[in-house]
Amino acid sequence: MTDYNEELDCSGMNCPMPILKTKMKIDTMKDGEVLRVIATDPGACSDMPAWSSRVGHELVESCEEGDKFVFYIRKDE
Amino acid sequence: MNKMGERKSMAIIASKGTLDWAYPPFILASTAAAMDMNVKMFFTFYGLPLLKKKIKAKVSPAGNPAMPMKMPFGPKAFQGLNWPIPNVVSNNVPGFETVATGLMKKTFKNKGVATVTELRDMCEQLGVEMIGCQMTMDVFGFERDEFIDGVNIGGAATFLEFAAEADIQLFI
Repeated sequence: MTDYNEELDCSGMNCPMPILKTKMKIDTMKDGEVLRVIATDPGACSDMPAWSSRVGHELVESCEEGDKFVFYIRKDE
Repeated sequence: MNKMGERKSMAIIASKGTLDWAYPPFILASTAAAMDMNVKMFFTFYGLPLLKKKIKAKVSPAGNPAMPMKMPFGPKAFQGLNWPIPNVVSNNVPGFETVATGLMKKTFKNKGVATVTELRDMCEQLGVEMIGCQMTMDVFGFERDEFIDGVNIGGAATFLEFAAEADIQLFI
């Protein structure tokens, strides 16, 4: 379990909203902080790594919790 | 800027105005902007009304002969069924477009898909530049104040100057 600073629940949202909401949320955070994102869209499993790799944030951990997908993203320093 | 130290850019021409065709340009533009790309969209011909304050896009069966219909209610297995609609029905029954549009909107909502208006709002918030085609305005009789704030008006050269340097160019 990774420590995190902020949490964003994207349950029920479909592509591309989880990515857009994550982008907007992480823009309000400080460098080095970790955002925990919860999603139910299976597409997020490939989209979240693609997005974070593109913009340079670190996808620290991703896992499944029940029927949800959880991502921990550290804002690029 | 991305980790490679260069900002990518994307140029999109949105030329179609039905509800189904309204989605791809706004989905791709908003996502590209969220990926730190510089994005410009050029709205021309039937795509231009997508810049109006209220989007009234409908589904059209014309040109979509394989369009399946899904029912947004009932048991899950029932909702999963495809209902092929014969062209003789879709092209001739009055009100078919309104019914099909209602069903598609409801299905999208059930699946957590944002509305076209919501996606356009996201584009604005993420700094996507939207350009309305001057010639289309003249031909179809649109006025600048019918469009949302922040829209720039221009022609083919305005778009191509940006597109010439863009990493991705899409015609939708």
